[in-house]
Amino acid sequence: MKLLKSGMSRRRVLQTGMAGIIGSGVAPMMFTKGAWAQEFCNNPTGDTVTLGLNLPLTGAYAEEGADEQKAYELAIAHLNGEGDGGLINVLTPSALKGNGILGKKVGFVTSDSQTKSDVARAGATRMIERDGAIMITGGSSSGEAIAVQGLCQEMGVIFMAGLTHSNDTTGKDKRRYGFRHFFNAYQSGTALGPVLSEAYGTDRRAYHLTADYTWGWTQEESIKNTTEGLGWDTVEAVRTPLGAGDFSQFLTPVLNSGADVLILNHYGNDMVNSLTQAVQFGMRDRQANGKDFQIVVPLFSELMAKGAGENIKGIYGTSNWHWNLQDPGSIAFTKSFGAAYGSPPSQAAHTCYVQTLLYADAVERAGTFYPPEVIKALEGHEFDGMGNGRTLYRAEDHQCMKSVLVVQGNDAPTSEYDVLNVVQEVQRDTVDYDASIFGGELGPAEPAPVCA
Amino acid sequence: MFEVIFLQFLNGLDKGAAYALIALGLTLVFGTLGVVNFAHGALFMLGAFCAVMFRQFLTLETVTIDPTQTSPWGAPLEIRTPLVQAWFGDFGAVLVNYSVPFSILITIPIMLLVGIALERGIIKHFYKRPHAEQILVTFGLAIVAQEVIKSIFGPNPIPQPMPTDLRGAADIGSWIGFQANVITYPLWRLIYFLFSVIIIGGVFAFLQFTTFGMVVRAGMADRETVGLLGINIDRRFTIMFGLAAVVAGMAGVMYTPLLPPNYHLGMDFLVLSFVVVVVGGMGSLPGAVAAGFLLGILQSFASMTQIKAIVPGIDQIIIYLVAVVILLVRPRGLMGRRGVMEN
Repeated sequence: MKLLKSGMSRRRVLQTGMAGIIGSGVAPMMFTKGAWAQEFCNNPTGDTVTLGLNLPLTGAYAEEGADEQKAYELAIAHLNGEGDGGLINVLTPSALKGNGILGKKVGFVTSDSQTKSDVARAGATRMIERDGAIMITGGSSSGEAIAVQGLCQEMGVIFMAGLTHSNDTTGKDKRRYGFRHFFNAYQSGTALGPVLSEAYGTDRRAYHLTADYTWGWTQEESIKNTTEGLGWDTVEAVRTPLGAGDFSQFLTPVLNSGADVLILNHYGNDMVNSLTQAVQFGMRDRQANGKDFQIVVPLFSELMAKGAGENIKGIYGTSNWHWNLQDPGSIAFTKSFGAAYGSPPSQAAHTCYVQTLLYADAVERAGTFYPPEVIKALEGHEFDGMGNGRTLYRAEDHQCMKSVLVVQGNDAPTSEYDVLNVVQEVQRDTVDYDASIFGGELGPAEPAPVCA
Repeated sequence: MFEVIFLQFLNGLDKGAAYALIALGLTLVFGTLGVVNFAHGALFMLGAFCAVMFRQFLTLETVTIDPTQTSPWGAPLEIRTPLVQAWFGDFGAVLVNYSVPFSILITIPIMLLVGIALERGIIKHFYKRPHAEQILVTFGLAIVAQEVIKSIFGPNPIPQPMPTDLRGAADIGSWIGFQANVITYPLWRLIYFLFSVIIIGGVFAFLQFTTFGMVVRAGMADRETVGLLGINIDRRFTIMFGLAAVVAGMAGVMYTPLLPPNYHLGMDFLVLSFVVVVVGGMGSLPGAVAAGFLLGILQSFASMTQIKAIVPGIDQIIIYLVAVVILLVRPRGLMGRRGVMEN
């Protein structure tokens, strides 16, 4: 009471207290929003930044995984100013300086996803929570990509997908934190249709063997829509388990089904096995409905073509990129990769390398690792020089819109890597489509979840 | 419709051939030594990698770098010269072309040694231990074998081409009076079936018509009495373990052109083969062979679209479904001896 009487009234105490509370607590939230915003998952505070590489080093897509790892290590070396700089020299526009990302040296941790979605998700969780990965990237299966990008959305970490071709990745399962450079099944169908029509005519009967998971389903749907649009009939579409190995029991019914085209919606080792076994069944020497029996592999890769050997000759498919393209970006990447590893890069390697650079470039342009700002920098960003012509990271679904290659197994290869010929480079506007046709919601970027 | 059914039947025979060959070795080991050998799939895989190793040896190359030229991908140009073809000319080319069948010649001694070493070194210490411990130790051995192969050959499948003359399909339909190209089947798969018939026949003949075989059969029936007659039955059983390893190894070699081998190949077949043995009857050699072919044929027919239209997914579960039914109705399996593994 004495104190109050000496000048500190009750009102004065309350006023001072309120001012103190406001001054120490609420006001900083109002006036220093940016400082709070920087509290996000795995905000790098030291002089290094860690990327999480989620790679299928074993399992049905292990070949792709091994090549992806090489590409990531090369991209990280280039970002850190080592080697010849690779595509950093030809990317336009570019904010990359060759001194890491925002001046921090780039490091990485890896996890073997075993080509399994649950293992991929567990590996990504570990790399985020234990290793402090600021960004997760990799994968060679759409099942993995969809599982991991869902997780990344929950944890507030950006996911730069590796090889994923399902329409769902940037369709019904798209996420704000997930970005895909690779093309998709819908674009494969659009690109491949006219070539198939010209080569095999409009009166054909197709039999599909389809890997039984998201990618296989969407590819089967897209290719069926395309071929039926050409006038082809679909005799049967049979689902096969991923990693089946022996496809003989699925191939025998094809022989007398009345089909004259076999469409293999398989990838990786599955495709090598199913194609090799289809050739062993004499399908390429058969006649059906008065026509030569044909095999089509809608999604090709050089690694698969190499594994399938001469069985691949003359077979049509599509690719995201091929090392013998003659634009400056493709030449630069092929030389850089070839000098480092003694072999040309695969499309899986290319997309992973490009994704790493695009993430780093977006962070540089945003001036922060804060994911919502990086997302803004990537959405609607248009660039060139990466080997696919002028490319747009479409804001509506995070799908890169660029040209698509129609390829054919090389009849006269000059080396073990010279297995595919680019038949046609289908331009971006031809394979463009309305982002809303596959549905899905990107979800929010903010508030950015804090993972730990 | 006949041709469709006939093709599925052929497919069942060739699938069944692989199951029967592995199950035969498993049954030999169980019947003689009483050991439940979970490492048997690994022996199949090791055989397959004998073929891989042999081909890698035959395709060794000398690599010289031409510093004046670069490849299209920027690496210095490598000029490769195959050694075997350089040394032996046309014969070298034939060796490379027929590397898979020729590799059986090295697989037999290698697998015999592996089998005997395994039995003498580890398995013999577990004869009188419970089956659960035998399963644990042999499963552990399988994992070790897998990891060794993975560390040497990597995780990815390594394709083994079949001889060029044996590629493509045989027009079986024309042999039995059908029009050309109506019933065709891959030549190598027919060869694999014939090979399995020969091996199975050979093992039965060996056990039936040789003195060694008679002693082994007697030992399988009553080990102690045979021992009391002054016969070293343990040594013969060790050789039987080696023989089982050879059968599994040869089955693995001949399977490589059908499915590129990787370190996991043995595990892929192991569970199926155990189901085959259980369905056939533990310890029954004819039961193992019959069940192998039966389950192969059932699996093949279950993959037909007409069947799957009625019961979706039946192709993935048919083998296990049959096993459940057999175990419920006849716990000792189709041809199992009364009292063996019934309790």
